[in-house]
Amino acid sequence: MTLDVGAIRSDFPILSRTVRDGKRLVYLDSGATSHKPRQVLDAERRFLETSNAAAHRGAHQLAEEATEAYEQARAAIAEFVGAAPGEIVFTKNATEAINLVAYSFLNATLKAARDAPLPPGADRFVLAEGDEILITEMEHHANLVPWQELCAKTGAVLKWIGLTDDGRLDLAALDVLLTDRTRLVSFVHQSNILGTINPVEVITQRAHAMGALVLLDACQSVPHMPVDVRALGVDFMAWSGHKMLGPTGIGCLWGRADLLADMPPFISGGSMIETVTMERSTFADPPQRFEAGVPMISQAVGLHAAADYLSDLGMDRVQEHEHALTGQALAGLESLAGVRIIGPRDNTDRGGAVSFVVDGIHPHDLGQVLDDDGVAVRVGHHCAWPTCRRYDVPATTRATFHVYNDKDDVDALVEGVLRAQRFFGVI
Amino acid sequence: MDVESMYQEVILDHYRNPHGRGLRDPFDAEVFHVNPTCGDEITLRVTLGDGDVIEDVSYWNQGCSISQASASVLFDEVVGKTVPEALATLDAFVELMHTKGQAEPDEDILGDLVAFSGVAKYPARVKCALLSWMAMRDAVENAQKEEPGHE
Repeated sequence: MTLDVGAIRSDFPILSRTVRDGKRLVYLDSGATSHKPRQVLDAERRFLETSNAAAHRGAHQLAEEATEAYEQARAAIAEFVGAAPGEIVFTKNATEAINLVAYSFLNATLKAARDAPLPPGADRFVLAEGDEILITEMEHHANLVPWQELCAKTGAVLKWIGLTDDGRLDLAALDVLLTDRTRLVSFVHQSNILGTINPVEVITQRAHAMGALVLLDACQSVPHMPVDVRALGVDFMAWSGHKMLGPTGIGCLWGRADLLADMPPFISGGSMIETVTMERSTFADPPQRFEAGVPMISQAVGLHAAADYLSDLGMDRVQEHEHALTGQALAGLESLAGVRIIGPRDNTDRGGAVSFVVDGIHPHDLGQVLDDDGVAVRVGHHCAWPTCRRYDVPATTRATFHVYNDKDDVDALVEGVLRAQRFFGVI
Repeated sequence: MDVESMYQEVILDHYRNPHGRGLRDPFDAEVFHVNPTCGDEITLRVTLGDGDVIEDVSYWNQGCSISQASASVLFDEVVGKTVPEALATLDAFVELMHTKGQAEPDEDILGDLVAFSGVAKYPARVKCALLSWMAMRDAVENAQKEEPGHE
């Protein structure tokens, strides 16, 4: 059964507004952030109106309810990705989740050098000069810059898997790139710019065979397809709340329980401690060890509602729906002269991020004309500047889909590109 | 459509046939400016002559029509002017860009830059229009620092 997009659209208040003098809003920028259904907005408001308090503090009834709501959210998110609740750490966003792992490596390395107390198995996170971090050339800056920084501070070496001309990882070189010095392989599940869905199991098995840990950037996969961390076999997974119909200000790190237990803290302060004296502190077990300060409780409640909303739709059906829109967009755009897809042209192992360039029209100018039609797309390098360089384009125009998009939206995109081509006189 | 008011024919003409584009020697200072949100970039050189006259501005850039056209107009507007005159034009342009399209631009000071008044309605594009001009200001400052005779 396919999604009832009409019914879904009525859940999203923002879709009823118009833009640019009365135009229907054609929102094709969910890869940047998704809209929020009334169910998410209502859940946040209800929490704030009835149970607002600081979680994990206080003995009063509101504090109890807030703590329960926050921990129920953790359990729901865990279930959504096939994990145990204690393995989910709430962060500010996915970027912070990736940084949490990067700083665990850094902090373990710094503390080990000074013989400072560390969890028993923390040597898994201690880096030596010449150790290697392996990423790919299609990473979002959030899964690139933290590793550059980690390498600059520790003497580890950053390596990356290159890309083929058709937008896939060039895995032919994987055996050379993975060495006995590789400590972590961190890569994206679905590229935010190319749309490529990477073969997680293959890379993970080979990384594990070399003794490396694996971190998956799932920002563009968890909101759009069924994702089960156990089935994927990875060690860590990071994603954001606001791209999966949830609020901004909350992201998630999933980590295998034994690994989280061995990691030193990242951000320190209140609620992440076990004991504190003036001289030193000991730290709480995960996940609290990584959640210093009053957490984002209403956002967690909203994210819980978002996960429920997606589960009710069924992630299989969400994926199927977006797959159809992707196929329609690829075919429609490729039917236009002078339009080139950046990323896989083949709609297999591919998600709904469709990047393209149009001869003679810079993406910024194209985006402006589309915007005039009410079509909201992303233009630029999509925080994946090296990926743009790889394909020798300064920027692209990108359409991304979610549950509330329909065929009319894709038609509007294709018609808008054609109109821009006429406007700029390139056809 | 509204967007037509932004893409004035003057802008599209400069975009299709940019004036003064290409890097030339000799020069007194060279700068590289980039708009990190979209990746537009420009390498810009200035050559100063006697009396702080801007003898040449040469540049190589990539970016949208607004940033490309703005660099072309910059070449037309500042070459042959003194540094204070060029900076006064820059100030007037910056002011125009921050009016959200409400201001009545002064054509005597702005020349072809008046065509950019529609850009001011789109805050995301203001940086595109100003990229080459900020590079010019930076390059002129560097040139003056490096050559005390021009102080």
